[in-house]
Amino acid sequence: MNLIGPRIGVAPGDYVQAAAWLDSGERRLGLALLGGALIAFPFVVSEYLVFMACVAGMAVVSIVGLNILTGYTGLLSIGHAAFNGIGAYACAIAAAKFGAPFWIAIPAGGLAAAAAGVLVGLPSLRIKGLYLAIATLAAQYMFLFVAQHWESVTGGDRGFQVTPASVAGVRLDSDFRLYWLIMPVTVLMCAAAANLFRTRVGRAFIAVRERDYSAEVLGIDLLRTKLAAFAIASFYAGIAGALMAYFFKVVNPEQYTFTASIFQLTAIIVGGLGSVLGSVLGALFMVAVPELLKVAVSAFAGADQAKSAIMLASARELVFGLLIVGFLLFEPFGLAEIVRRARAALTLWPFRT
Amino acid sequence: MNLFIEYSLVGLAAGGMYALMALGFVLVFKGTGVFNFAQGELMMLGAYVFLTVNQLAGLHWSIALAATAVFALAAGAFVERAILRALAGQPLLSVVMATVGLGLVLKGAVGLIWGQEQRTLPGLLPRAPVFIGEFLIPGNAFWSFVISMAVVGACLAWFRFTRSGVAMRAAASSQVNAYAVGINVPRISALTWGLAAAVGGFAGVLLAAINNLTPHLGDLALSVLAVLIVGGLDSLAGVIVGGLVIGWLQSMTGAYLGGQYREVMPFVVVLAVLLVRPHGLFGRKEIERI
Repeated sequence: MNLIGPRIGVAPGDYVQAAAWLDSGERRLGLALLGGALIAFPFVVSEYLVFMACVAGMAVVSIVGLNILTGYTGLLSIGHAAFNGIGAYACAIAAAKFGAPFWIAIPAGGLAAAAAGVLVGLPSLRIKGLYLAIATLAAQYMFLFVAQHWESVTGGDRGFQVTPASVAGVRLDSDFRLYWLIMPVTVLMCAAAANLFRTRVGRAFIAVRERDYSAEVLGIDLLRTKLAAFAIASFYAGIAGALMAYFFKVVNPEQYTFTASIFQLTAIIVGGLGSVLGSVLGALFMVAVPELLKVAVSAFAGADQAKSAIMLASARELVFGLLIVGFLLFEPFGLAEIVRRARAALTLWPFRT
Repeated sequence: MNLFIEYSLVGLAAGGMYALMALGFVLVFKGTGVFNFAQGELMMLGAYVFLTVNQLAGLHWSIALAATAVFALAAGAFVERAILRALAGQPLLSVVMATVGLGLVLKGAVGLIWGQEQRTLPGLLPRAPVFIGEFLIPGNAFWSFVISMAVVGACLAWFRFTRSGVAMRAAASSQVNAYAVGINVPRISALTWGLAAAVGGFAGVLLAAINNLTPHLGDLALSVLAVLIVGGLDSLAGVIVGGLVIGWLQSMTGAYLGGQYREVMPFVVVLAVLLVRPHGLFGRKEIERI
C-alpha cells in the first residue's frame, strides 16, 4: 500500500496519463480518505477544535499565497498582512455598504487585494531583494495608517462590524456553519496553487526565482511575471482576509499588523519555501504552536490571568524567533522536507536510501 | 517664520538621534552585506543591560555604560558566529529572516526576563534647554544630537585611519582579496557585528533615557528605515544626511500636517525614494552578473 508515497512504478503511456493528477488507485484512495476526514471532522470533534480548524483554514489560504510570492517567485514580502486587511475591508464594505451577498463580497475582497498587490508590485522590476522587502514593509505601515485614520470608510481603530453571511436563509453565524464555507474554499485554493505550478505561468515564477535575468533571456516577460505573482499572492491574501471578516465578524487594523506578516513568513519557513504542502503544514503548525504555548504558560504562571497573558506574548515571540532561526539553520526546507524524507523511507522500507 | 526655524532646529536635533540609530544598520550592511532587522532589539537589549548594571547593581553610569559596550560587543560577535556565519552564501530571504527571528528571540527573552512594564532610566543628559540665538531646543535633544554626531564621526575616523577599520573596508569590498592580503575575514565580520551592537546599545541607552524603556523600544528602529534609504544602506556619511533630512521632514509634517502624519511620513519617503532612485540617494548601485 502506497497511500502517501511518491510516484513509484508509474509509467504513463500518453500525455493525458502523464498530466493526470490522480495517477494511481492508492492516490485516489488517499485523497478520498482526506476528503472524508475533512467532512466528518466538525461532527466528531469539540467546538473548540472546529473553531481552530476555521482559523487554520484561513491561515492556510493566506500562507499558500505568501509562499507563491516569496517561496516560489523569490520576492520577499514583509507586508502580506496588509493584503489580508485590504481583502477584509473590501469584503466588509461590499457587504455592508452595497449589500453584496458573500459569494460576491469574498471574491471582491480577493480582487481588491490583487489590485493593491499589482500596485505594490509595480516597483519590483526596478527594485529587488532587500529593497523590495523594505518597500513592502513601508506598504504595510501605510496600509495601517490609512486603516486607522480614514475613519469614514474604515471605522478607524474601532473597526468595522460585519453582518454574518447567509445562504438560502441560513445565517452563517456559528463556527460549525462557517466551517462549511471556509473548508471548501481552503481546499479549492490549495488545489489551484498546486496546479498553478504545472502551468507555464507557475513554471515562469520558479524560473524568476532562480535567476530573474536568465529567465528574461529565456523569453519570460519579467514585469508581467512578477506582477502576476504579486496579484495571485495578494488575491489569496485577500480571500483569506475576506473569510476572516466573516469569521471574526469585525475588521480592525489590529488584526493586520507587521506581527501578522511576520507570523506568515515564519509559517512558510517552518513549513518549507516553495512547497504547497509545506505552506499547509507550516500554517497548521503555526496555528497550533500558540495554543500549546497557552497551555504551557498557564501551567507555569498559575491562576494569575494578567500575568500569564503578558508572559504568553513574550513566550510566543521567543518561540517564533527560535523556530525561524532553528529551521533556517537546521532544516532550511522545512517540514515539507521532513515529510518527504519520511515518505521516501516509508516507501522503500525495509530498504534504506 | 520664527516658528519654522524653531521646528527646523528641533527636527534637525532629533535627526542626530536617527543618525545614531541608523549607524548600527549601516555598519553591518557595509561590513557584511547583511541587513540586520534585529538591530532595534540589540538597542533595546543594550538599554536593559545598562539599566540592570546601573540600578540593580547600583554602579555608576559610566561603569554601566562600559559594561553595556562590552556586553554588546560580545553579543554581536556571538550572533555573527552562531547564526550569520552558518548562513553565509544562503539566499537573501534566509539571512533576512534569520535576523528577524533573532529580533523576536531577543524581544521575547527580554520580555520574559525583565517583564513588560515601563522602566525609566536615569536622565543622563542635562534637561536644561539650550538657546541658539533666540531659539530654544530641548536639552536632551540637543545633547543627544551632539553625542550622536560625535559617535558617527568617531566611526568615520575609525574606518578611515585605523588598521582594523581599513581591514573592515577591505573585507567589505572583496572577501577573497581580503583573505589574500592576510586579513582574518571571519574575525573582522565578528568585530563588525560587535561594533554595530555596541553602537546600537549606546543608541538604546540614549533613546531609553529620553523615552521610556519597554521591550518594544526596538520597534522604533523600523522608522529609521527611511534614514537608511535616503542615506544609502552602505554610506556612513549618508547616515548623517539621511538622519537630518528625516528628522527635519518629520518635524515639519508634525508641525504643518498634524501629529498623526509623523509616524507614517518615513514610510512614504521610503517608497518615494525607492521608486525614484532604487538604491537610495547616496547608496552604491549594485552591478549584477548573470
